[in-house]
Amino acid sequence: MAEIALPKNSVYGPGKIWPKPANAKRLTEFQIYRWNPDDGLNPQIDTFYVDLDDCGPMVLDALLYIKNRIDPTLTLRRSCREGICGSCAMNIDGQNTLACTKAIDEVKAPVKIFPLPHMPVVKDLVPDLTHFYAQHASIEPWLKTETPAPEKEWLQSPGDRSKLDGLYECILCACCSTSCPSYWWNGDRYLGPSALLQAYRWLIDSRDEGTGERLDELEDPFRLYRCHTIMNCARACPKGLNPAKAIAEIKNMMVARQA
Amino acid sequence: MAEANYSPLPIEQRRPLSPHIQIYRWSATMVVSIFHRATGVALYVGTLLLTVYLLAAAGGGVAFADVSRFFGSLIGQVILFGYTFALMLHVCGGLRHAVWEAARGFEPGARNALAWGSLIGAVVLTALAWAGAYLL
Repeated sequence: MAEIALPKNSVYGPGKIWPKPANAKRLTEFQIYRWNPDDGLNPQIDTFYVDLDDCGPMVLDALLYIKNRIDPTLTLRRSCREGICGSCAMNIDGQNTLACTKAIDEVKAPVKIFPLPHMPVVKDLVPDLTHFYAQHASIEPWLKTETPAPEKEWLQSPGDRSKLDGLYECILCACCSTSCPSYWWNGDRYLGPSALLQAYRWLIDSRDEGTGERLDELEDPFRLYRCHTIMNCARACPKGLNPAKAIAEIKNMMVARQA
Repeated sequence: MAEANYSPLPIEQRRPLSPHIQIYRWSATMVVSIFHRATGVALYVGTLLLTVYLLAAAGGGVAFADVSRFFGSLIGQVILFGYTFALMLHVCGGLRHAVWEAARGFEPGARNALAWGSLIGAVVLTALAWAGAYLL
């Protein structure tokens, strides 16, 4: 059942307003979700001011500006700063995306930043992704074959290879799954858009011979069929992929194999 | 300053849940999805109204006169209008889902057009039904 309200320990309130940087001409306000596991307090929204003339163009630049110059305890994941590692996934301006590919001037100030939605928070903007990764592992994201391995590689025609376009680019950032209301309410049993897009990536691979057992694993009222085409996943994906469509294709494969 | 609430629970169980519906930006497809669910529930009740009307019609006489008077009153008309709109919205939502189930209409332009189209379609069909009822 959908629990709309946040649990008592998760209700957030106003936090600290940090001083404005001196001599700045172009200031932008950032409101950032904070939670410290060590102080025993509820989450708070801190306000920071970033000098745009002294900061790179992306939201990640602003977060690092804050971490380097205002509050070094601000906690976030980041690595590649070019949209390929998926570490800096978070909720910016009400939508899940990567901080490193979201420009500050795309967002109307104040820039509101929260961790990925409906996840246990480790600290500040860092969610616990253990369950999300376990779901990815559960779809067995590797090539399954019965026939003896060829001498060299498994061959695939250019046409069959192109069926993986729009699927293999997934970086497992979790933007899609944590944008999905169905995943919010039933994420313990519903696999979510990310794991299902990955499942389809192997179902549609011409070299894979585990199609039947893969579909058997997915044929479940919750694992697959909690998708209600709300489409938040497709809107959120920072790589422009379409998990909702991949899920529809899996549903069609289910029907096709019964015919 | 808020009170600190130290807890004996292990850290994994003390972690707060990050905000979700409270902060997520609404989209057309999100709105029509929740409307589809809500109208589905509303139609359970609305269909009872139809049943009452048919039962009264079968019974005839005083029962039918009473039920007709109620449905003809202002409150009755408002309820019937709401029922018509819920029905049309659910029908148009069903058509939208039929397109999506064929794995079509998932691109950004198409999915928003389908969402808005089903809303506009419901408004038009409701207007047509009521215009028909009053003018014919």
